[in-house]
Amino acid sequence: MALTSFERDLLAAIEEGLPLVARPYEAIGDVLGCSESAVIEGLRGLLDRGVVRRLGLVVRHHELGYRANAMTVWDVPDRAVRDAAAVLTGLPFVTLCYRRPRRPPHWPYNLFCMIHGKDRAVVEAQADQATRTAGLSGCARAVLFSRRRFKQRGARHAALRLLEGASRIEGMEWTRPIAAS
Amino acid sequence: MTTLPDTARSLIDGFQRDFPLSPRPYAVIAARLGIDEETVLSILRQLEASGVLSRVGAVVEPHRAGSSTLAAMSVPPYALSQIADFVSGFAEVNHNYEREHRLNLWFVVHAPNGARVRQVLREIEYRTGVPVVDLPLEEAFRLDLGFPVQWH
Repeated sequence: MALTSFERDLLAAIEEGLPLVARPYEAIGDVLGCSESAVIEGLRGLLDRGVVRRLGLVVRHHELGYRANAMTVWDVPDRAVRDAAAVLTGLPFVTLCYRRPRRPPHWPYNLFCMIHGKDRAVVEAQADQATRTAGLSGCARAVLFSRRRFKQRGARHAALRLLEGASRIEGMEWTRPIAAS
Repeated sequence: MTTLPDTARSLIDGFQRDFPLSPRPYAVIAARLGIDEETVLSILRQLEASGVLSRVGAVVEPHRAGSSTLAAMSVPPYALSQIADFVSGFAEVNHNYEREHRLNLWFVVHAPNGARVRQVLREIEYRTGVPVVDLPLEEAFRLDLGFPVQWH
């Protein structure tokens, strides 16, 4: 389902977050040249259709003491992926769960989940528990703890808007976009 | 950062989703927490300044607004910082991490369309000489719905 031009502008306008002022939707409306109620109804529509998964505080795990961040992956037979995922998503410590393609020989894994914790040993035990509970003990597995974080932020819709314009100009395909902020 | 005041914890526990869609959302939150609007705004500003709060905003479902992928590279340790900084320099890149694996650099590329995502991956390969493994989302079983913080 395609987004309207207004919806794209709205997502771009709030990409850095809602302003911390008493009437944030009015402030966004001032930027977009529309009413406060148009902003509110626009966001409601994006939420109702599931384009916006959630609206609220976006916190950084690391700054809250969650230093052990493990991407846990398995090579699960295709026919068994959904059943395994249904178990994994029921575990309280699994925050994200996806299926992605295998890229043999370097990357044989197709089922991904994220486990965030404060303590590495606890997260390792949770990865083991997830493996057993989901019936994946016979599957190849890897636990990729994060080391350094080079960049973390939300998707940059304003930058993307600039790019959409730029990519229409012939010969500019390789031009690096100017950062939106 | 686990020594946050109770009001800050309540904000984080209660408002990672279902943020009020009313003209004065911070006043609605304040009323629910039994404090005043200016206190809510002040706590949020402090959380933002300390880095705990990335933003009060929208988490957009993958592929519903543009196209994205997860990409990985196997970078020699001596070149990792330099290549990671180069990758982070793309406006389309978010979440760029070193991880413990032979594929040691992991990042998300998000762009208006799939052609631009592939173009970014190709440019990274071309400029670094390191192959990029492209792992696009095929099925999402659980998406970001906020995060239950264990305060103790």
